[in-house]
Amino acid sequence: MRIFWTLLRRELGTFFLSLTGYVIIAAVSLIVGSTFVMLIHNMGTKPFAMPVTQLFFNSFMYWLLVILVAPAITMRLFALEKASGTFETLMTTAVGDLQVVAAKFSAAVIFYMMTWLPTLAGLVIIQRFTNQPKLDLGAVGGMYLGIFLSGCLFLAVGCLASSLTKSQMVAAVVSLAVGVILFILAYMAQVLPDAATAQTEVLYYFNLFKHMEDFTRGVVDTRTVIFYASATFLCLFLTLRVVESRRWK
Amino acid sequence: MIQVSNLTKRYAGRTAVDDISFTVARGEIVGLLGPNGAGKSTTMRVLSGFMPATSGTVRVAGFDVFHDADETRRRIGYMPENNPLHPEMRVREYLKFRARLKGLGWRKSRERVTTVMEQCGLTDVGRRIIGQLSKGYKQRVGLADALVHEPELIILDEPTIGLDPHQIRSVRALIKSLAGKHTVLISTHILPEVEMMCGRVLIMFDGRVLASDTPENLQRRMAGGSQVIAEIAAPLETLRAVWENLPEVAQFDVSAGEGEFVRCALTPRDGQDLRPLIFHLVRENGWVMRELTRSRHSLEDIYIQVTKPTTEEIE
Repeated sequence: MRIFWTLLRRELGTFFLSLTGYVIIAAVSLIVGSTFVMLIHNMGTKPFAMPVTQLFFNSFMYWLLVILVAPAITMRLFALEKASGTFETLMTTAVGDLQVVAAKFSAAVIFYMMTWLPTLAGLVIIQRFTNQPKLDLGAVGGMYLGIFLSGCLFLAVGCLASSLTKSQMVAAVVSLAVGVILFILAYMAQVLPDAATAQTEVLYYFNLFKHMEDFTRGVVDTRTVIFYASATFLCLFLTLRVVESRRWK
Repeated sequence: MIQVSNLTKRYAGRTAVDDISFTVARGEIVGLLGPNGAGKSTTMRVLSGFMPATSGTVRVAGFDVFHDADETRRRIGYMPENNPLHPEMRVREYLKFRARLKGLGWRKSRERVTTVMEQCGLTDVGRRIIGQLSKGYKQRVGLADALVHEPELIILDEPTIGLDPHQIRSVRALIKSLAGKHTVLISTHILPEVEMMCGRVLIMFDGRVLASDTPENLQRRMAGGSQVIAEIAAPLETLRAVWENLPEVAQFDVSAGEGEFVRCALTPRDGQDLRPLIFHLVRENGWVMRELTRSRHSLEDIYIQVTKPTTEEIE
């Protein structure tokens, strides 16, 4: 456990020691901030029936951000260490494979959640300075849970991609491609008719937009939570296997 | 300390290390010598526990590096090829991070980091960012990292590569100072380095160990082929007759040198030292002698000789 914390601290520190971390934070703040300004502008002065949280995540903006930000955060995790050779020095110390994967993933998730911190300011502003209905804590909590769960999935995909290659570029492109595929699946689930065929049943689970809509209304559907959690664990398990594979004969 | 038996490592379709066996005793400094691609780095990676062997066993301090990885890793300080470091970290911060990864407690790691920084001459650069250090200092950071958990065995893959002569000298001195307290295994393709630092040499070529001995013994073994050069002022024919009648001389070659001096190149029988004999001969005859040297085979000759047949096969 001690080693896990040491690793986590370093991984997290690396985001702030390099320019990448600040670029990601700046980009997210810019996009979220401008979306927020547009939102305020459109709302005008009259109260809205929909919760503000839902309004914001009704746009594709959120998914665009996650799809772009997750590869940017995760591409470095394993690929850079493999390319520079520090993976060798890391794996010949007392660390276990699981500790390495867990620490890198946790650092990515923590950093990702930190990039969303500015949204808190947006919520406070709406609460204090507009005549919108009072924010529902359930909806706010649901929104952050949704951000967390969907972020975990995309970051886990990024971890897996990064563990497979020495090139950060390849890692980024692979996780970006998977992200786009997930996005397209979600889009299909959204636009396809609601006929109860097997395909639409399966597609339902990939309807990321619907998931987020529920979360931002404060509705936490167990099926959705299980979908994100299991997909995340699957990706992390595969990452662990990849890290272990160097010891296979 | 190290027992390698029948170690083989195959990468997809290529055998990097081919059935090698050797042992290293506690406290020895052993040099792994060989051209690029001889399998030195692969051997070291298996020893460090980073990769498994295809077949064969490697034991460090009695523990199998694959099955008792935790036990062996604690006892090994490993610096891989090209000395990879985290360039964005500060020296002290990095060493402390490494010490913690190697399982040292908070207090212990602080203590050890201070000690190895003194030992490696890093005290003045503790606050500097690693990426901005000179290569010599980076190498010392790598060495300090290998030493930080007080390992019994230190494995250094090409520790002096790419350094300038001053830096090489200081890194060598540092490695030499480890003798006795630690067992050290160094790989290199620079011959004088091995002669200077190592108590024993393993010559590797094409995935096999071709020779294993002390540098002196290797030279002695080759001494049969070493020559004695003498320049003596005497009639050429007389000298020729003298060498012919000496049973200790296996082969000779005389040629007229500068002025009245004759240059004689003598090959002794059974690796004998001919020099005292020649001195007495010259004194008895009252000749003048201005040179008497034995051309020793350097490790380089041995190395070339040992690795030659296979090199030609490849070419």
